[in-house]
Amino acid sequence: MSFTGKLGWDSIPFHEPLPLVSAGVIGAVLLGVFVWAWRRGHLPYIWSEWITSVDHKRIGVMYCLLAGVMLLRGFSDALLMRSQQAIAYGNEGYLPPDHYDQIFSAHGTIMIFFVAMPFMIGLMNFVVPLQLGVRDVAFPTLNSVSFWLTASGALLINMSLVIGEFAKTGWLVYPPLSELRFSPGVGVDYYLWALQISGMGTLLSGVNLVTTILKMRAPGMGYSRMPMFTWTSLASNLLIVAAFPVLTAVLGMLILDRYLGFHFFTPEAGGNQMMFVNLIWAWGHPEVYILILPAFGVFSEIISTFSSKPLFGYRSMVIATMVICILSFMVWLHHFFTMGAGADVNGFFGITTMIIAVPTGVKVFNWLFTMYGGRIRYTSMMLWSIGFIVTFVIGGMTGVMLAVPPADFVLHNSLFLVAHFHNVIIGGVLFGAFAGFTFWFPKMFGFTLDETWGKRAFWLWISGFYVAFMPLYVLGLMGMTRRMQHYDVPGWHPWLLVAAFGAVLIAGGIACQIMMLYVSIKTRKDRVDESGDPWDGRTLEWITTSPPPAFNFAVLPDVKGEEAYWGIKAQAREQHALSKLPDYKAIEMPRNSPTGVVCAFFSTAMGFALIWHIWWLVLLGFVGAWATFVVFAWRDETEYEISADELKRLDQERRRSKATLLDLPQDALS
Amino acid sequence: MSQSAPTHDPNKLGRAAEPNPDGPAPKRVVVSYGFWIFLLSDFILFACFFAGYAVLRDATAGGPSGKDLFELELVETETVLLLLSSFACGLAGIGTLARNMRWFQIAMAATGLLGAGFLALEAYEFLHLIGEGAGPGRSAFLSAFFALVGCHGLHVLLGLLWLTTMMAQAWAKGFREDILRRILCFSLFWHALDIIWVALFTMVYLMGVRG
Repeated sequence: MSFTGKLGWDSIPFHEPLPLVSAGVIGAVLLGVFVWAWRRGHLPYIWSEWITSVDHKRIGVMYCLLAGVMLLRGFSDALLMRSQQAIAYGNEGYLPPDHYDQIFSAHGTIMIFFVAMPFMIGLMNFVVPLQLGVRDVAFPTLNSVSFWLTASGALLINMSLVIGEFAKTGWLVYPPLSELRFSPGVGVDYYLWALQISGMGTLLSGVNLVTTILKMRAPGMGYSRMPMFTWTSLASNLLIVAAFPVLTAVLGMLILDRYLGFHFFTPEAGGNQMMFVNLIWAWGHPEVYILILPAFGVFSEIISTFSSKPLFGYRSMVIATMVICILSFMVWLHHFFTMGAGADVNGFFGITTMIIAVPTGVKVFNWLFTMYGGRIRYTSMMLWSIGFIVTFVIGGMTGVMLAVPPADFVLHNSLFLVAHFHNVIIGGVLFGAFAGFTFWFPKMFGFTLDETWGKRAFWLWISGFYVAFMPLYVLGLMGMTRRMQHYDVPGWHPWLLVAAFGAVLIAGGIACQIMMLYVSIKTRKDRVDESGDPWDGRTLEWITTSPPPAFNFAVLPDVKGEEAYWGIKAQAREQHALSKLPDYKAIEMPRNSPTGVVCAFFSTAMGFALIWHIWWLVLLGFVGAWATFVVFAWRDETEYEISADELKRLDQERRRSKATLLDLPQDALS
Repeated sequence: MSQSAPTHDPNKLGRAAEPNPDGPAPKRVVVSYGFWIFLLSDFILFACFFAGYAVLRDATAGGPSGKDLFELELVETETVLLLLSSFACGLAGIGTLARNMRWFQIAMAATGLLGAGFLALEAYEFLHLIGEGAGPGRSAFLSAFFALVGCHGLHVLLGLLWLTTMMAQAWAKGFREDILRRILCFSLFWHALDIIWVALFTMVYLMGVRG
């Protein structure tokens, strides 16, 4: 056994220019940002205010940033695939199979685990405590640990670009292909350890948010008064807590197979590959609802806000959310009807799958009725929402088609399936993430995003989506299977050319989003959100300033009804005065801590060492992570105090801006 | 919106009583509640290994089955050690209530030693099986067995690491509020491992020797 395990100079793919060059570009950009921050003297600020921050708002923003960066990585994989398939008609194209297989595996893994998940968790982290009217999540330092573990997983995935290789097995590493005998390289190990580490982060953040929602709410904030986004976050995090251990277990079993010669899923010695498929989808199906439910919440908030109406059918929306939450655990077998479980089993799972369309349909009608008769403002967020409703309904219908077992036997593993899940994930989750990001951006940073570029981005994204994925439905019906590196059916070629053009349109959408950020940051002085309530909001996050102070609320709001902030605003308008000046008391806030980032540093080292069989480093990483926690636990000063006077001063500023917003006389302040 | 009502209730919900009057729960409740949620997720992790064991139980690939391998006396001794360890952990909890450091330390040490004894017996069982050629690589059944029992053993091992850390911390810092909360979480964890073990003892060993 050598000092560096399996790692050697031959692990660097010098013969493949593409990953090396792209990794070089990424490295150069990161180095550039670092040098720029260092030269401008921003590093101490970034370290003490962001990297070590335990503030749920900062952590939420960092999750979104991680998701945005990884979106670029995942999307460049998508461009590679679309261009390869556009070219590779009757020839080998420009990506060898070995490389192409890594690209589609990385694309799926990155888009689900490091784009969709962090985006949604980021929004939940940022918004949920604000909507509940509390100062932070239940376990602030654990929250930071969660984020950095996720970042650690993302880092490992990206390291596979230049050190070794990534899995060539597809994004769910089905055995026996993923077993050591058929995938002897480190690719599957990169996948396994990156997901174990980031999965631990996700699980902890699920525990954190469930506890926050169930145990930390402002006075008067009963369950029946919680905003819809908080409800869907609760459902989503309950699913995380219930489903992610399954992922940990099943990946753990595959790890035991690959590292210690176990026979869970091997073709010999009694191993059972279908058990892997069952277990991974017992996680995987709830996972899609973990992603889509918060997006449903985002759309509920946005549609209600920009229709200037309370959400239609709040009660049925809550019930539908929780029904989806439960049903999501009863449908996993529809991912492999072709396993051969028999007609009765397939029939059962086909029917439960179709039943999910009922609560989802309830939600769609609720959104439509919320808009009906409302005074709708067609902001970019509203465009994303309407685009979502139309697109998601189409994706839902193709989903019901796939839920019919006989139809699934034909469409299984075809591009029809690929089109279906992109239809719901792009049209649902991603549109929701973009809408939510635009919606809460002023709350995050104190200024609004540029609407012109935002709308351009929307039109390019939605048209790009349809141009890129509708041909895939057709191709699926024509019999084209997924993950093909080349093909020689002449009828497929034109459709793949169209799909490639769609990907270019989406690239244009992403470019517009980058422009939107650039333009908005450049003109931020003109777009300051003075009032803290730029959209005439209805929920508690809009009662505080933009961006909110570290403690969110000087005094926890006293919730008197549904749509807490709307009620408070209405009362202030009626009485021509703000609420009475509260009694300010000093509060304690958790101190920032580098525990999260240091712990993630050691877990990255440990993951890397496990991938490359560098056993001494595994031990070192474990001891380091444990020691980090001990040091954290040994602290004597865990909180700092904010004095009542300071709170009063800051709150006076907030009240002044609210008085201006509501057009109240300034003497109505106290 | 209603003109006279002071509140804004478009759905007329939550009017029976003023909900959640006290605001956020106290820290002690929040911490133990959160830890319970974590433990539930840990139970689900074990549930997967139990399910895996149930699926692969008969996949012995021509090798030995549970009936040929399991020795109940050994496992019963393990069970007794683990249950006594939990009893000692309960005593340590009483020690914290009495704010008696010596009592706490002795009870925790007993907890740890009994747990270590359990682990030693389990290690003996594993090595014995591997020596007989019935290691995890022999068959899918044995893979599932070693993974399930080993996962529990790994939890006990990590628990011991936590236990010694808690002993050192209580010794160095005294019964501070946050340390009391951690001790509470530790004892929840330790008792949870008992629950898992009872299920494991029944499903794997008792049902295993019957064949």
